[in-house]
Amino acid sequence: MIELRNLSKRFVTADGPVEALNNVNLTVNDGDIYGIIGMSGAGKSTLVRCINMLERPTEGSVLLDGRDLGALSKKEMQGVRREVTMIFQSFNLLMQSTCLQNVMFPLKLIHTPKAEAEARARELLTTVGLPDKANVYPAQLSGGQQQRVAIARALATRPRVLLCDEATSALDPKTTQSILELIRQINRDTGITVIVITHQMSVVQEICNRVAILEHGSVVEEGDVSQVFSRPRAAATRALVFPDMAEGQMSSGYGQLVRLIFEGSVTIDKPLIASMAMECGIAANILGASTRTVGKREYGYMLIEIPGGPDELARALKYIGNVPNVSVQVEAAYENKGVAE
Amino acid sequence: MNQFAMAFTPDKLEEAWHVFLTEFPLGLWETVYVTVLSTLFAIVIGLPLGILLVAGDEKGIRPMPKPLMKVINVIINFLRSVPFLILIVMVIPLTRAIIGTSIGSVASIVPLVVAAFPFVARLVESSLRELDPNIIEMAQSMGSSTWQIITRVMLPESVPSLVTNFTLAITTILGYTAMSGAMGGGGLGKIAINYGYSRYKYAVLYLAVIVLVLLVQIFQTIGTRLAARLDKRIKK
Repeated sequence: MIELRNLSKRFVTADGPVEALNNVNLTVNDGDIYGIIGMSGAGKSTLVRCINMLERPTEGSVLLDGRDLGALSKKEMQGVRREVTMIFQSFNLLMQSTCLQNVMFPLKLIHTPKAEAEARARELLTTVGLPDKANVYPAQLSGGQQQRVAIARALATRPRVLLCDEATSALDPKTTQSILELIRQINRDTGITVIVITHQMSVVQEICNRVAILEHGSVVEEGDVSQVFSRPRAAATRALVFPDMAEGQMSSGYGQLVRLIFEGSVTIDKPLIASMAMECGIAANILGASTRTVGKREYGYMLIEIPGGPDELARALKYIGNVPNVSVQVEAAYENKGVAE
Repeated sequence: MNQFAMAFTPDKLEEAWHVFLTEFPLGLWETVYVTVLSTLFAIVIGLPLGILLVAGDEKGIRPMPKPLMKVINVIINFLRSVPFLILIVMVIPLTRAIIGTSIGSVASIVPLVVAAFPFVARLVESSLRELDPNIIEMAQSMGSSTWQIITRVMLPESVPSLVTNFTLAITTILGYTAMSGAMGGGGLGKIAINYGYSRYKYAVLYLAVIVLVLLVQIFQTIGTRLAARLDKRIKK
């Protein structure tokens, strides 16, 4: 189990201190595929580097099975880094070494006998589907193949945690799929805990069971993937789940913004907005709508504007609240929004 | 006929050919071994120094005290800025202490090494700085010690660049041997100066230059091919 407790990281730059992480609290359970998602600059890379102490947190602690990693000596930390390994966006293979030598690299660091290291490396190259590339140099491989070699290398020391830092961001969608499938398979077969750092919603949807949304160095939402994505509470989450629906973009400004989330593919037997107009006399203005598949379930999402004052809003909410499988979220009143923006 | 053309009359050319056959083999040998030995010694000192410059840097893998790095940099810059001719004279006491004399081709190795190791240190520094910092981070994330990062990542990954830069070093040192030849050292430089400058035998001087140029070509070709051959990033 990995626990991040009150984790903060400040960088001192020429323009003054920058708060990269701000009081982050997370718990990753054994066997999880835990997604940490956020826009670029949200602090994802810093966060993942705090987990293996490539970056020392300014405050707070990282606990691996209760052991405080910040308190370990340099030597002990090197040991931990064989239990918590990492793959990268740019693969970071040794370009002057063959694939076999690359996979053997972490084993050579701990002076594993050559024959044993080579056997392990060949076994891992088979696991990642590249048994015939042992003596090939990375430059001769495609990006996806290079990442497979990097995964094999990261698994060489039989780690318990695999950190994936934007591991598929440099790959095309099809290759991304196959790499994610490989990670999921390894997670299933070995029970390894995986922490996935990404800015791609699809990656989290594809393989994660839990997710944390990071914005400006803080966790704004956290929980099971299906739950977080079906009822996104934080604005940052909504922006990630429905990137095409910017907040109140087309609002007339004379009403209240309401979000509707439709669960399941067939949830409604009548046209909600139209019937609300006829039965309640409230003509909602549809600002945007979209659908997403999270896990195996489909979700519809709609942003509407209810004209009028509090009475109309209350009636509308009551009406929608009686429809099964639809949940409602009321946005801050537009005048408040006006101040905030 | 002017003096220059008179240097290339048939009898002068024949005399030059005679010098070529009798004195060039030894001169060539002296130049080659002085160059190669000086380069090797310069690498022996310059390589660790170059590694220190990169690893001990403020942002390096093992930051060293700033004053120490400052001193090293100042010394390197100082040695790099003293003209070689002056340096030869400056290190005469050192040469005498090590070799026992300051005359001859063996003695010329000392000033050559003193002049070349700071140059090599800078070349090594630039080679190692070319390395992708992500690769270093990868090595750290796998639990490498500082020594392992240097020996298993930085140096192996920089081999092609190092070979290219060492080739540059050896051709530069070859040029310096001619200068040290004129200052009491041996080799082709001495022959060129003794015959060409002191006795106006330009034909000998030109022959010596041609041989030196050929030597540079040979070293450069070997170095370039070796670097390309060793570089596994090149798709073959």
